[in-house]
Amino acid sequence: MSISNLPYRLSLGPLQFHWPKQVMLDFYRDIESTNVDIVYLGETVCSKRREFGYGDWMDVAERLLDSGKEVVLSTLALVEARSELGYMKRQCDNEQFMVEANDMSAVRMLGGDTAFVGGATLNIQNQDSLKVLIDQGLVRWVAPHEMSASVMTAVAANSADEIECEVFGWGRMPMAYSARCYTTRALDIPKDQCKNCCIQYENGLMLSTRDDEEFLVINGIQTMSAKTTCLAREFQSGEHGADILRINPQALGTNSIIELLDQLRNKSVNATAVTDEMAKFAPDGLCNGYWHGAPGMDYCDDAAIL
Amino acid sequence: MDLVCPAGNLPSLKAAVDNGANSVYLGFRDETNARHFAGLNFKDQQIETGVRYAHERGVQVFVAINTYPQPDNITQWQRAVDRAAELGVDALILADLGIMEYARSNWPDLRLHLSVQGSATTSDAIDFYAEKFDIRRAVLPRVLSVRQVAALIEKCETPVEVFGFGSLCVMVEGRCYLSSYVTGQGPNTFGACSPAQFVRWTETESNLETRVNDVLIDRFGPDEHAGYPTICKGRFQVNGETGYAIEAPTSLNVLPILPELMRIGVAAIKIEGRQRSPAYVAQVTSVFRQAIDACKQNPDDFIANDAWLARLQSLSEGSQTTLGAYNRGWQ
Repeated sequence: MSISNLPYRLSLGPLQFHWPKQVMLDFYRDIESTNVDIVYLGETVCSKRREFGYGDWMDVAERLLDSGKEVVLSTLALVEARSELGYMKRQCDNEQFMVEANDMSAVRMLGGDTAFVGGATLNIQNQDSLKVLIDQGLVRWVAPHEMSASVMTAVAANSADEIECEVFGWGRMPMAYSARCYTTRALDIPKDQCKNCCIQYENGLMLSTRDDEEFLVINGIQTMSAKTTCLAREFQSGEHGADILRINPQALGTNSIIELLDQLRNKSVNATAVTDEMAKFAPDGLCNGYWHGAPGMDYCDDAAIL
Repeated sequence: MDLVCPAGNLPSLKAAVDNGANSVYLGFRDETNARHFAGLNFKDQQIETGVRYAHERGVQVFVAINTYPQPDNITQWQRAVDRAAELGVDALILADLGIMEYARSNWPDLRLHLSVQGSATTSDAIDFYAEKFDIRRAVLPRVLSVRQVAALIEKCETPVEVFGFGSLCVMVEGRCYLSSYVTGQGPNTFGACSPAQFVRWTETESNLETRVNDVLIDRFGPDEHAGYPTICKGRFQVNGETGYAIEAPTSLNVLPILPELMRIGVAAIKIEGRQRSPAYVAQVTSVFRQAIDACKQNPDDFIANDAWLARLQSLSEGSQTTLGAYNRGWQ
């Protein structure tokens, strides 16, 4: 699928947080009228989050499809239980939507002859690994979040033209997954009796250093960056070879972020103005270090290196 | 059930072999392995000596090439595979798909293991590697409960190795960015977590502070033991409370559940700690050798004896041990 005259497409990544059902329904209803091109749907963090059943996801998927979006079903990143594999199998066997495989379990289930998206957690760090997965059916890969622009460009340059590359460009960055739930740990309740307590933290739970620096965000079994990744300046043009820029959902401002990045790719606004606007939706600051080969938490705004 | 022990250098390798390891694992002196620390690991010549020493005593040698190469350095990882193969080691422990493909096509007879860095937590994921690259063993990330390990083994034809003792990664290995987020260098591509050159210890009037690239990881009073500032083992504030929000400094120890691991069909127990001293390796290997032998002889009456536990405790981080994710309650 190609969209004329635009340097890249915009995608909405899978929802990382646990939101009530009605909030999710309203959120995705609002997405229908945005200019985002691709929407990734599904629970990728914790299988105990069941506000949406499989049928709810499929209903939303249908509506988004009707509103002109490409829809991809995302699978769980850390898979531990047999029931989780069962759910994943259902996703992989669906005949309507492409699947984003976030674990090798899903890659295997897809069987080798189904086109799929390779998620960031597959750790595709070089062209040889990418090639193995292309032979397995991969048509699009999401660069690991810790990958720099120069490495991404080198990997993409060594793969066939029709293989698409997607880059995480906005949101608190998913950075680690664990068997342990840090939300229940913070609240001092057993994981098995969690009662979905993470639902009360719509953008995750802040973890600060002892000298009061906002450092990480706890999101159940996932750990995220407190800072928000922002690659607006870096995506003024399409020269870096990425085909898709990903925005992850957040409780407030997702539609504004989509609109701002859409204006940016249409060249109707400049990157500095867009970044200043976007920063208003990042309460704990911006980061883009990985993209520049620096620590992920850094923010590089030196015009010379962009 | 085999005992797989760490060797950060030749004296550690000998200590492991002499104290009853069935296999030892080691790495080259560069970022091709996940313990890329200054002064650690092997030159080719030392591997040759080590392989001879181990083989003469019936012990196998595995080489970990378990980090992820990037486009400009793939050949360095490929050469590591070639060197290990030429040195006559018994298996390679790999994580990267491209390197597995390379090893399989260029060294078809070489035995391959899937590293913990490959993040495979299901039989489907392991089967993928087995079908594609004929891996003969998979090392499991430290995220599954004993019941989940048992369910996996039941479904999976590939033998499984689990961690038995040592530093505890609480995040799924291969997918943790905490170190690279703070320093730019992490386990996946650089082979180290919270690398030493970013660590700073600062004495204030009443405290000792540990920082990684200026981020405060912990602050210790005069009576407290200050541990190495691994990011996930720091003390932080959440909801107004200060504490070990992720995990306290502690070591994994499976001794209390050894019979269970044996019963469910775990093929090998891995001891973490290539960065540890030969004396440490000798002691941990010796305790686990005795324990595994006792357990094999009489699994029903096996009790982790107090002397073993005391010795392991004294070798543990923060002098504490845990069953980690094996125990559902820990999660």
